[in-house]
Amino acid sequence: MDASRFLADHIVSLPKSGIRDFFAIVSQMKDAVSLGIGEPDFVTPFHIRDAAIMALERGHTSYTDNRGLIQLRREISKYVAENFAAEYDPETEIMTTVGVSEAMDGIMRAILNPGDKVIYHEPCYVSYAPSIKLCHAEAIPVETTAEDKFAINIDALRAAWQPGTKAVVLNFPTNPTGGTASKELLEAIAKFAIEKDLLVISDEIYSELTFEGVHTSIVSIPGMRERTIFLHGFSKAFAMTGFRVGYACGPAPIIDGLLKVHQYGILCAPIVSQEAAIEALKNGKPAMLEMREKYRERRDFIVRRFNELGLTCHSPRGSFYAFPNITRSGMSSMDFAKGLLQAERVAIVPGTAFGKCGEGFCRASFSTSYANIDEACRRIERYLKSLKV
Amino acid sequence: MSKNLLKLILEGEQLSTEQMASILATTPEEIEKQMAALREQKILLGWRPVLNPSFEEDQRVRAVIELRVSPDVSGGFDRIADRVSQFDQVESCYLMSGGYDLLVIVNADNLYKVANFVHNRLARIDGVLSTSTHFMLRAYKESGFAISQPEHPDRPAVSQ
Repeated sequence: MDASRFLADHIVSLPKSGIRDFFAIVSQMKDAVSLGIGEPDFVTPFHIRDAAIMALERGHTSYTDNRGLIQLRREISKYVAENFAAEYDPETEIMTTVGVSEAMDGIMRAILNPGDKVIYHEPCYVSYAPSIKLCHAEAIPVETTAEDKFAINIDALRAAWQPGTKAVVLNFPTNPTGGTASKELLEAIAKFAIEKDLLVISDEIYSELTFEGVHTSIVSIPGMRERTIFLHGFSKAFAMTGFRVGYACGPAPIIDGLLKVHQYGILCAPIVSQEAAIEALKNGKPAMLEMREKYRERRDFIVRRFNELGLTCHSPRGSFYAFPNITRSGMSSMDFAKGLLQAERVAIVPGTAFGKCGEGFCRASFSTSYANIDEACRRIERYLKSLKV
Repeated sequence: MSKNLLKLILEGEQLSTEQMASILATTPEEIEKQMAALREQKILLGWRPVLNPSFEEDQRVRAVIELRVSPDVSGGFDRIADRVSQFDQVESCYLMSGGYDLLVIVNADNLYKVANFVHNRLARIDGVLSTSTHFMLRAYKESGFAISQPEHPDRPAVSQ
């Protein structure tokens, strides 16, 4: 008996993440050198882990307020005001979530009616389009290009608009491209959003990992606070992926809507993780800056090596991903990544896992040791030579 | 350049000269030259692997010895510290603030050899006023490497 007949049509038609397919292959190869990891290679700084241990020792094992511990929301409010130039009321405008992924999914479910349209830029993190489609809404991709260093092109964004568009999803710095947005670009996007009365959902999870200049949030642009949902979390900046804590800041009515989704589906983020997050915001900056410097050094190395190998690669201003162009191989992204894995045991992620326009590129994470990067690049060099290109 | 090289070395990854050259965008010859300069300037004193003391061959004994000394009129603490440092058994020797003057870390074949070294050598040096010897029982962290913690559990080789 085929139990799949019970599945909803929109789930059946939803593809699994391309990364999962690739993971299945890589996981069989214990000797592979992986540049496929989408998380910090650092362990969470000990003072943050210690806060979690202390929470357990004190018997903090209960549920919390659906919105999260008020102490955490106060710290988030302070942190966002200091670093993103936007003030939020911890009582009504901040929601603690299980990572940014839950916040993104919850916001979509809170705002979308069937048939609504949402614009997002590709290549992008794998969950955006599925989160929109799970709400029976339409996801409209806007392609970004290496020529624009994967920042969104304002004309392309305007051209993508259709009647029924309700929101725009932004993610700068971007996973997988490392693209960032200048203040001027954000101002142009803000003008467009105001003109078309759009809500902006801004996932800024990589913002602390901005290597040159200062990260600007669209929420700091005049007129945007009241139409922006600011999403952030602890996974990348504080190396806390396994803690699963994120947050959403925005106008009270929308956060109230998110609360309904969150309270029925999740209830609350784990209390131990919330206590660790408080410690991260209070005392985590020195360790975060140290990790950022190490990512920057590794970025410079991997980008230089890719360009030396003829795999044209822009220097990502943020995130810990390089996005080299692999077209000189004459292969598709998927074939190149699979071939490299089979021949040289190096794991990189085909750009198409992040959207159709990722064709011709692969994502290589530099959140790994110098030795791994060096070895991977030597093997890629050997692979390219074997292709005689 | 040598500053970047030092930073790379201190990160603790075991990198070959070729790898360091590749990372720092230079030649292996230049790396060798810089390393020689660092040794010449006595900035880089040498290389030594960091072993787990529990697995060291024949279970050697390590002790920390606190020495109170009377400073020399001409050489201050240096004369005695230099003399103590000459012994092969002495791994490290530091001038300290606080209740004693020199901290000496000793590595020997067994407990009796440490006792003999303290009794027959250190305590008899002119100017040494007293010694206090502490034997190390177990190492939890060695030169920045935690010993008892298990490895990180399996992290997915590819993730989103």
